[in-house]
Amino acid sequence: MDLLNNLALGFSTASTPANLGFCLIGVLLGTLIGVLPGIGATATIAMLLPITFQIGDPVSSLIMLAGIYYGAQYGGSTTAILINMPGESSSAVTAIDGYQMARQGRAGAALAIAAIGSFFAGTVSTFLVAVFAPPLTAIALRFGAAEYFSLMIVGLVSSIALAHGSIVKALAMVVLGLLLGIVGTDIYTGAPRFTLGIREYADGLNFVAVAVGVFGVAEILRNLENEHERSVLISKVSGLMPTRNDFMRMAAPIVRGTIIGSALGILPGGGAVLAAFASYTVEKRVSKTPQEFGKGAIAGVAGPESANNAGAQTSFIPMLTLGIPANPVMALMIGAMIIQGIVPGPNVATEQPALFWGIIASMWIGNLMLIILNLPLIGLWVKLLTIPYYVLFPIIMAFCSIGVYSVNTNAFDLYAVAFFGLIGYVLTKLRCEPAPLLLGFVLGPLLEENLRRAMILSRGDPSAFVTRPISAGLLLVALAVLVIVFVPSVKKKREEVFVEES
Amino acid sequence: MKPFAIDRTNGLCAALFIFFGAFFALQSLSLEIGTALRMGPGYFPLVLAIVLILLGAIILVQAIRVEGEPIGSMAWRGMLFILPAPIFFGLTVRGLGFVPSIFLTALIAAFASGRMKPLTALVLSAGLTLFSVLVFSYALGLPFQRFGPWLPSWLAL
Repeated sequence: MDLLNNLALGFSTASTPANLGFCLIGVLLGTLIGVLPGIGATATIAMLLPITFQIGDPVSSLIMLAGIYYGAQYGGSTTAILINMPGESSSAVTAIDGYQMARQGRAGAALAIAAIGSFFAGTVSTFLVAVFAPPLTAIALRFGAAEYFSLMIVGLVSSIALAHGSIVKALAMVVLGLLLGIVGTDIYTGAPRFTLGIREYADGLNFVAVAVGVFGVAEILRNLENEHERSVLISKVSGLMPTRNDFMRMAAPIVRGTIIGSALGILPGGGAVLAAFASYTVEKRVSKTPQEFGKGAIAGVAGPESANNAGAQTSFIPMLTLGIPANPVMALMIGAMIIQGIVPGPNVATEQPALFWGIIASMWIGNLMLIILNLPLIGLWVKLLTIPYYVLFPIIMAFCSIGVYSVNTNAFDLYAVAFFGLIGYVLTKLRCEPAPLLLGFVLGPLLEENLRRAMILSRGDPSAFVTRPISAGLLLVALAVLVIVFVPSVKKKREEVFVEES
Repeated sequence: MKPFAIDRTNGLCAALFIFFGAFFALQSLSLEIGTALRMGPGYFPLVLAIVLILLGAIILVQAIRVEGEPIGSMAWRGMLFILPAPIFFGLTVRGLGFVPSIFLTALIAAFASGRMKPLTALVLSAGLTLFSVLVFSYALGLPFQRFGPWLPSWLAL
C-alpha cells in the first residue's frame, strides 16, 4: 500500500517533537497576527516569513510556514466575522454572513462553526490530497493554456453573480481589477506597462497593498462616517458553542463545501478564493431559505469556510507538483522553498518524499492544533472587540503599514495602500463591490498570459477555446451563470435579495 | 419635455470608470499592440480598457434614465488623516527610522476620529510603538533600522 506507506512517512516526519513544536508555534503566531484586523494571511505569512528562515531544516521550516498559513487563515476568518474586515479575498465570503451573525450577537457560534467546518474540511482534504495527488496531477498536467483561461473566466463570472447591486458595475469592477492586475512589466517583451515611469511598480502593484487598501482602509473610512453606530454592536457577544439546531444546519453545507473546495483547490489560478465564492453560490441556490443569505445564514458561513480550507489544502497540489502558485500565499511558499534550496515542480514528490508527505501530514496536525487551541481561545479573540473602535483603527493602520512594507521593503507599496484605500472607499460609496475587483486583480496577469499563450498555440485561431472539450465546457458554465443572472425573473429576485440586505 | 437630470451616484461612477478606461486605453496605445496571433503588450489591456469605457457608458445611460440612491455622507476627516498615514510611514521609515516613524504614523491616524483626545492619542501611539518594536523588530527580526540617519547619531541604539 503506497498510500499507507506515504502517509506513515509523512506522519513520522511531521510528528517529531521538533516539528510538532514548529507547527504549534506557526499556528499560534499565525492566528495571533492574522487575527489583527486588516492583516490577512498573505501579509501575516509575509511578516513571519523571515523567522522560518532561521530554522536550518527545510522540512521544519515549511511545516512551520504551513502552520502559520492555517493559523493566519483562521485568524482572517475571525476578523471577517467579528468586524467585517476580511484580510484575504477568500474570507471576504465569510464576512458576508459571518458579520451579520456577529451583529445579531452570534459571533461565538459563527467562529465555532468556522473552526469546526475548517477542521472537517482539513481532515477530509488531507486524505484526498494523499489519495489523489498522483492521479490528479496527471489531470492538471493535461490543462493547456486555453483551459486555464476558460477556468479563470468561470471564476470571474461567478464573482459577478455574487456581487451586490448592479451587474454592470460588478463587470466594470472585474475589468478594472484585471487592468490593475497587469500593471507592471510585460512578461513576453519586458515592456513596462502603466507604471507611470515609476520603477518600483515594474513588478506590478503589490497584491497585499491592493487588498489592504481596498478592503482594510476603505472599511476604516466607512466606519469613520458614522462612528456612533459602531460601538453598539460590540457588547453582545456570547454563546460560543453552536446549538443542536446549528449543528443540524451546518452539516450538509460543510460536506458540500469540502467537496467543492477540494475540487477547485487543485486547479491552479482559482484555488481557495474560487472555492469560497462557488460554495456560497451553491449554498444560496440549494437553500430552502435563500432570503437568509446576507443576513446571517449559518450555511453561508459553514459552506465557504469549509470550501476555503479544503481549497487551501488542495491548492498545495499544483504548488508541490507543478510549481504553480494557486494564490499569493502559495507564491510565498514557492519563494520560501527556493530560498531553502528546493526547486518546486514534479520532482519534489519523488526526490524529497519526506518533505512532500511531511507537509501533507502536517496539514492535518496543524488543523487539529487549530481547533484545540482556538475553540478555548475564542474568548480572547472576542475580547479584541471590546476595545473601542477609535483606539483600534490607529493600531490597524500602523500594523497595515508595517505589514505591507515588510513584504517587499518598498515604500511605494505604502503609497499604493493610500491610493487603493481612496479608490476602494469612493467606489464603495458609488455602490460598487470591491470583491470582483480584487479577484480580477489576482487573475489579471494569469488570464492575459494564458490567453496569449493559447492564441500562439492555436496559431491565432480563437475557436481553440470552444473546440477543446474541457475549455468549451468551462466556458459554457460561465455563459450559463451570466445568462442566469441576466434572466429577468432571476435578476429581479437577486435585486430584491440584495436590497433587503443593505 | 422632462428636464435633463442625471443621477449623481451613477453619473460619478460612470465618469470614474470611463476615466480609468480612457487612461488605460491611451497608455496601451503607446505600447505595441500586435495581432491576435502574436499579441503585443498593449493588445489585452486595450481590449479591456475599451470594454471598461463601454460599461461606463452603459452606467451613464442608466444614470440619465433612473434615479438611484444618494451618495450619503463622506468621511472627509477620516480621509484627511487615514490616507496620509501609510504615505508618511513610507516616506520616513528609512530616514527617521522605524521607531519615530511608526509613532508618528499612529499619531496621524489617531486624529481621524473626532472622539480621540490628544492625550489618549499620545499614550496609544507610544504603547503601540513599544509593542511594534518588541514584536516586529526584536522578536520577528524584521530588518528595520530603529533610528534612521535623519536623527542625531547618539540616538542610534
